[in-house]
Amino acid sequence: MLWIPLVTHLSSGDAPETHATSVWGPLGGVSPCGTSGIASRRGTCGRDPGDSFSYVTVIATQSLTMRFPRVTALDRLTVNIAPGVTGLVGANGAGKSTLIKILLGLSPATEGSATVLGLDVSTHGGTIRESVGYMPEHDCLPPDVSATEFVVHMARMTGLPAAAARERTADTLRHVGLYEERYRSMGSYSTGMKQRVKLAQALVHDPQLVLLDEPTNGLDPVGRDDMLDLIRRVHTDFGISVLVTSHLLGELERTCDQVVVIDGGTLLRSSATADFTQDTASLAVEVTDTDTHPDGTAALRAALAEAGLRPQEPATVGAPGSGHVLLLDTAEEDVFDTVRDTVAGLGLGLVRMEQRRHHISEVFADSTEHPTTHPTDEPGSATTSRSPGVSPDPGGGATDGPAPTGSGPGSSGLDGAATPRQPVRQHTAAHPQKGGGGDVA
Amino acid sequence: MSPEPSPAAATRGGTDVIHNIGYRKYDGPRLGRSYARRSLFVHSLRGTYGLGRAAKSKVLPMILFAVMCLPALIMVASAVYAGADELPVDYTAYATFLLPVTSIFVAAVAPQVVSLDLRFKTVPLYFSRPIERSDYVAAKFGALIASLIVFTGTPVLILYVGALLGKLDFADQTLGLGQGLVFTVVFALLYGGIAVSLAALTPRRGFGVAAVIAVLTIPYMLVGALQGIAQQQGESDLTTWIGLGSPGTLLDGFQDSVLGGSSNFPGGHQVTGAEGIVYALVIAVLIAGSYALLLRRYRKAGL
Repeated sequence: MLWIPLVTHLSSGDAPETHATSVWGPLGGVSPCGTSGIASRRGTCGRDPGDSFSYVTVIATQSLTMRFPRVTALDRLTVNIAPGVTGLVGANGAGKSTLIKILLGLSPATEGSATVLGLDVSTHGGTIRESVGYMPEHDCLPPDVSATEFVVHMARMTGLPAAAARERTADTLRHVGLYEERYRSMGSYSTGMKQRVKLAQALVHDPQLVLLDEPTNGLDPVGRDDMLDLIRRVHTDFGISVLVTSHLLGELERTCDQVVVIDGGTLLRSSATADFTQDTASLAVEVTDTDTHPDGTAALRAALAEAGLRPQEPATVGAPGSGHVLLLDTAEEDVFDTVRDTVAGLGLGLVRMEQRRHHISEVFADSTEHPTTHPTDEPGSATTSRSPGVSPDPGGGATDGPAPTGSGPGSSGLDGAATPRQPVRQHTAAHPQKGGGGDVA
Repeated sequence: MSPEPSPAAATRGGTDVIHNIGYRKYDGPRLGRSYARRSLFVHSLRGTYGLGRAAKSKVLPMILFAVMCLPALIMVASAVYAGADELPVDYTAYATFLLPVTSIFVAAVAPQVVSLDLRFKTVPLYFSRPIERSDYVAAKFGALIASLIVFTGTPVLILYVGALLGKLDFADQTLGLGQGLVFTVVFALLYGGIAVSLAALTPRRGFGVAAVIAVLTIPYMLVGALQGIAQQQGESDLTTWIGLGSPGTLLDGFQDSVLGGSSNFPGGHQVTGAEGIVYALVIAVLIAGSYALLLRRYRKAGL
């Protein structure tokens, strides 16, 4: 996802919708901030992502270790999770479920400590579970009961009086998008509907935090998008912090403010999504054709070259849309202005102008190779606008293709690698706007 | 901890369409762990009679309940009509009198109480709520016991009401009722305890039903046969000790010696007071054991 705005991970502090909407224009169009140069973009639209760690944490673990007779599920895990939507990424067996169990106060850790909502998990499990919702990975719905009855029962199990339980159930089921079918027994539900009921039972008692274990499991692409939008809304509209586990990195890019990567029970990395998907210091521009300029892209290319820039075609030719995209090095701060003026001067329509970013998966692959190079608190890499999200590592980059180093030929190579994924991301471009824009269906 | 509701959410609503009322926070009371445990108990108790579940779940328990109560009504009606001076059956003997019906009920209902949660993996959802594992076990155990008390206690109450209507001796009948109710509770604890701890071992409902029926009836028949043989051999003492071997004969001997009833042991064999204490102890150990087994079963079950 290219349009994760730098501001979303700060949404706990200020209202995210207004910013989010403006950055995610239609078709991911030109962001008002983006046109005025890097400096102001950083200054007005986003704050230093490093700040997020100084906010109140919803989950904090300190040297958390969990040993079973045969395996060590968690190994001295120290992580702080800020309010917002946080992705917990790891392969199967990485310790995700063990961590959730400990956070719910259900199994005592071998060593170390953890707090959820400021409460110690080893002593306040019951209180924590009163203010936390949990959506399990597996199916957990009895088929001969209706969604309404089930969610009402679960609400009462969390301590809601009968009348409140009924009212909240009706509300919550509507919010997750279940209407008339909620009176039918759940045996007849589709996977998507079941996932919604599972989410509803986690939300029905209005928790301060929900733990969602693989919520998109088994869903088709459309269902997955809907679920991700819903998860996003759980935070933006409902004001509930979310910890969502997944092994699909692409999902987390568009949904999460912060991503925690664990592997083999150890922390690989924890930082804002924006850091993961740092700008690659290259700008993609797409324009329309007009009568005066039948090939708008070529005209713009020529005009930009005249203006002293070096526009390039994306490396991968043949991918849908790639012929109409120009890539620009954004080393100079006035590149945005130059492009805007040039396009306006030619009378072309500006379809989009966007910053290319790293893909989380690239970072993930890189982090796996160098687990020690990423301490818990990423040292404010985003304050320096040019710093890539990963430690530059030419050696590693050479082995798996494009090196995520700043400008020059390297960056175009990276974009070339990213381009095949481009069409998919464009298709999903409209969704964040829906999710972040706070319009309730 | 959680951020303020977004401005967009706050300004929504009002003149908008009905679906667009935005998210509402819950500021009402949260009644906590004991309330949740009680709710689970009530929910499970209702579930044993199929209340709050699909119609077909109600059929079997309701039919069995009717079968259980019908003889009591007939007995009462005939006793009142005939002006008899005592009921045709002891209060304490009624549950054992209809033991097959009760056994089927226990076997059908115990898996309903615990197996469904295991089979559909609802158990982790409960444990992610304020209740602890011990609360879950207590609620489920209690629900089945209460369900059985209702099942076997209702006909006893019918008998009592009928006896009073028939102008039988009040003091006599009330003492009998008291004994009958004590027996009902002990019966429910023993049968329910054994059944629920067996049913919790398997998520498969069918296996649960079969296992409960097997454990409740096979030893009962076996013990009955052995007692018959012992009695024929003239080993009257042995009859008593063999009676410790099945839940059904345990209860029979218990009500014979402690609650002043009469056992169905072959040859009209009586269980003496001292032997009755042994019976009571064995029953207590079995009840405690089945509860401990159930706790142990859920110690590991979880997310």
